[in-house]
Amino acid sequence: MIRAVMVINTQGKPRLAKFYEFQPVEKQQEHIRSVYGVLSSRAENVSNFVDAESIFGPDTRLVYKHFATLYFVFVFDSSENELAMLDLIQVFVETLDKCFKNVCELDVVLNYSKMHTVLDEIIFGGQVLETSSTEVMKAVEEISKLETASNAISLVPKSVSAWRNR
Amino acid sequence: MEQLKTIGRELAMGSQGGFGQSKEFLDLVKSIGEARSKAEEERIVLLEIETLKRRLSEPEIPKRKMKEYIIRLVYVEMLGHDGSFAYIHAVKMTHDDNLLLKRTGYLAVSLFLSDDHDLIILIVNTIQKDLKSDNYLVVCAALNAVCKLINDETVPAVLPQVVDLLAHPKEAVRKKAIMALHRFYQKSPSSVSHLVSNFRKRLCDNDPGVMGATLCPLFDLITIDVNSYKDLVVSFVSILKQVAERRLPKTYDYHQLPAPFIQIRLLKILALLGNGDKQSSEKMYMVVGDIFRKCDSSSNIGNAVLYECICCVSAIYPNPKLLEQAAQVISRFLKSDSHNLKYMGIDALGRLIKISPEIAEQHQLAVIDCLEDPDDTLKRKTFELLYKMTKSSNVEVIVDRMIDYMISINDNHYKTYIASRCVELAEQFAPSNQWFIQTMNKVFEHAGDLVNVKVAHNLMKLIAEGFGEDDDSADSQLRSSAVESYLRILGEPKLPSVFLQVICWVLGEYGTADGKYSASYITGKLCDVAEAYSNDESVKAYAVTAIMKIYAFEISAQRKVDILPECQSLVEELSASHSTDLQQRAYELQAVISLDAPAVESIMPSDASCEDIEIDKSLSFLNGYVQQALEKGAQPYIPENERSGMLNISNFSNQDQHEALTHGLRFEAYELPKLAVPSRIPPAAVASSTELVPVPEPSYAREIRQPASLPPVSDSGSSELKLRLDGVQRKWGRPTYSTPALSISNSSSSSSQKSANGVTQVDSVSTSNSKARDTYESRRPQVEISPEKQKLASSLFGGSSKTERRQSSANHKVSKANIHASEKPQVPKAAAVHTEVNHEPAPDLLDLGDSTSSTAPTVDPFKQLEGLLDQTEVALTANHGAADAAKTPDVMGLYADTSLSRLSSSVDDPLPTNRDEFNLASELSNATRTAQSGVTQLNKGPNPKDSLEKDALVRQMGVTPTSQNPNLFKDLLG
Repeated sequence: MIRAVMVINTQGKPRLAKFYEFQPVEKQQEHIRSVYGVLSSRAENVSNFVDAESIFGPDTRLVYKHFATLYFVFVFDSSENELAMLDLIQVFVETLDKCFKNVCELDVVLNYSKMHTVLDEIIFGGQVLETSSTEVMKAVEEISKLETASNAISLVPKSVSAWRNR
Repeated sequence: MEQLKTIGRELAMGSQGGFGQSKEFLDLVKSIGEARSKAEEERIVLLEIETLKRRLSEPEIPKRKMKEYIIRLVYVEMLGHDGSFAYIHAVKMTHDDNLLLKRTGYLAVSLFLSDDHDLIILIVNTIQKDLKSDNYLVVCAALNAVCKLINDETVPAVLPQVVDLLAHPKEAVRKKAIMALHRFYQKSPSSVSHLVSNFRKRLCDNDPGVMGATLCPLFDLITIDVNSYKDLVVSFVSILKQVAERRLPKTYDYHQLPAPFIQIRLLKILALLGNGDKQSSEKMYMVVGDIFRKCDSSSNIGNAVLYECICCVSAIYPNPKLLEQAAQVISRFLKSDSHNLKYMGIDALGRLIKISPEIAEQHQLAVIDCLEDPDDTLKRKTFELLYKMTKSSNVEVIVDRMIDYMISINDNHYKTYIASRCVELAEQFAPSNQWFIQTMNKVFEHAGDLVNVKVAHNLMKLIAEGFGEDDDSADSQLRSSAVESYLRILGEPKLPSVFLQVICWVLGEYGTADGKYSASYITGKLCDVAEAYSNDESVKAYAVTAIMKIYAFEISAQRKVDILPECQSLVEELSASHSTDLQQRAYELQAVISLDAPAVESIMPSDASCEDIEIDKSLSFLNGYVQQALEKGAQPYIPENERSGMLNISNFSNQDQHEALTHGLRFEAYELPKLAVPSRIPPAAVASSTELVPVPEPSYAREIRQPASLPPVSDSGSSELKLRLDGVQRKWGRPTYSTPALSISNSSSSSSQKSANGVTQVDSVSTSNSKARDTYESRRPQVEISPEKQKLASSLFGGSSKTERRQSSANHKVSKANIHASEKPQVPKAAAVHTEVNHEPAPDLLDLGDSTSSTAPTVDPFKQLEGLLDQTEVALTANHGAADAAKTPDVMGLYADTSLSRLSSSVDDPLPTNRDEFNLASELSNATRTAQSGVTQLNKGPNPKDSLEKDALVRQMGVTPTSQNPNLFKDLLG
């Protein structure tokens, strides 16, 4: 299964972090820091795989891909295929690209919740759910459509007390 | 696909954010982005947290605002700050009817909360309701949360709803329901065990996506229990066939490949099902072969599928045709420029090598390239491969490489790992004890504190027991060389503790044994150690015991003992130590010194660390004393856990543990507190009340029993850290290695010593000897491989059946001698040897028994050669036609190819070339020569296993500073 998905920028700031098994906040930070430490010291033109057992414990692998200012990192175990995971990163980025039309780091930061929505349509509970970026896009668009619709109906500011009484 | 652009596009797109972020959020992001130091960022975030806290405590918060606060909080938590004050707001948000808010709420809680968080109980109800919602998006959001938030306690609460969803009309929901069930299964297998059949049923779902989703849980289930799923082999094969034949809708194509992720998953499952099962495997051959043929190898995902095919082929019952296809793919991977593919290639090679070891040789240069690659990941993977293909012939090269790499890295985790690998290989395949000790020294020196203590004990054991042969002089030679090397190493600063312990022990046991060093010299050194590492108690303990041994040996040898002043002060210091262990040792030392020779002789016999000592664990020799005391009216001893009125602590903690395991809500009333009742009564204690049990089951007793019960050293490379002496013995005996490819495999020979490439390699280079140089030169431009690399390659792959050098060739001796001699004579000597070889008259290929050669010093190799030729005759004659070389034509062939010209050129050269080249030459000739000589296998000498099994009980006690010395009781009690 996939253990974690991280997006870290080249300065080491996390842009997205999702752990499919619960990790306390401090542990997450530690992981992100050590992953960044490893990735930033890697040369260009080397493989996209990193030995992750010293960070995430036994039976873990890490695949990353470097796009402009961002590292996309997937951590997973031996039940997945490294090359396939590399393609899954590609799917994720392609989808984001379709979503934001020429995605850049800023889109990733500002559309934090949408990033999660997209990711949730690709990976579900640590398993690969969908690998076609068109299908993912369809699902995401449907969600946004319904969300805005429900917004229009009920997102009239209500007082909290009224909301509590329901 | 467009590359992500840099942040250049600035904040102009704030409005495009779309999901309703406010100015404040943008400002937050921006200011964090512009923070120049970690401290500044910290400050900004803390300020933000304060703001959020204040805002959230306001009475009336508009929902839209609320949503934004939560998102901001998620963001803050991702940056590593605690946002727990707002968890409850996120939980509340999940209750909202509005889809946007609900989804945000679920997102936040699934990121915030662990599955045993107290707030989960407030969400379960909402999840139950949402799972039944008409809106499938709500259902999906709930399912998403379920995966993260539900644990084994709460599974029953949502399980029925999730199972109902398996029949949902929307395939997206069915798919997610399957995956949620899978997650339940991962978290608590028992709670869904009755639903396992659902996975099988869903395998036949109309929607391929749902079918694909069921493969994940099935994979997990099959991993655990292969046999109950054998019936599905046919279904899996037919599904895979349909997928590969593009029967799925076009939407499942990914990069022109039909549903590659499903294919990968299916191949993984087939690998499990076909493992060691010929019947099942046979059903798979067709489809796997098809995929090999059809799969597009230009795309990344295509290679992923191909790699999975190789894994499958190497796992199932082997099929030569598929293996060949796999080998082809591997060679394509390895030849590729992409590091990723090389990595996969090395990995795949490591898998296939178990089945067909000969495949490694085709790729030797590629493997060496990977080993020298700057990419660490690739390097480590290659070490992994080398580890798998290590045998006695190449262990030296491989372990040297590993140690070099180990020294060069800082990553402690990997250092530990590779150190243990080095130790394991060295113990299994060590060609000589000398080498073994040197290698261990290196490992200890550079990774000492990361190595398992057991390894240190094994090393001591080896030095104490020697070869396991009745060759005392060699043993003592080994010990003296160990002592010498340790005395040298002691000069270096900051040695790891474990290593120092070994050094102290060896110096104490054998420091003065050969009479080269005086007792005062050795004890002086030991005092220095104790002083230099004065905060390491176990080192001090080893040192002081070693000093005691030295003095004891001196006394029993009737020599006068002068105690050095520094020893005296050390002993005094230790006898006032806080550590009782050190104190005891110091007093023991003083006591031993004051005794006379015969007494000392019996307490500390020289070189007796391998003798057995009988241990009377029940302390029966005290029975009389106890009896006497009882008769005088003493109370009988009651073991601690039988004493009433005392809280049984261990019992108590057991209960605690039990409760911790079943944490969570308990609905039944708590039972009344009761006094702890002894739960276990040790059988020894009931046996006899008169028996004195003053020492609570001493630790050494256990340690001692354990090795005795160890199974005999297994022939296959067991993972147990145990010394493996099979190889060692044969090394030192007559030439005994067989080359299995020549079909005289010996069952007792090491199992990993599989490949024999001598013949194949040799065939390809059957050039006439006189032309050898020309051919080499004409080839040279095509094959631009540095001699360094070739040397490495040959030592890794070439000499697969290389046996003991000493007996194998004079060549080697000469060059080895040359290394130590001055450089000048090196050239003529080596050259002489080689020319001799070249012009060896060889009247008849088959008449080999009679021919003599200056290169072969012993008779054995010839005899073996004859044996070899019987089998390789055909190959040899086919290749060589008329005999062209000396009586070892193929040796010459290979030899000439790689090294002859180098050598002859070095003869021309007035200046001697460097040693490496001579090494290369001698090693190559050596390798090939012995490749042929090691045909017959003689298993001579006593079985090393026996000597291994002979356990060193006493040594454990001398070795482990924490254990008690039974001799002591005499003094104390009697």
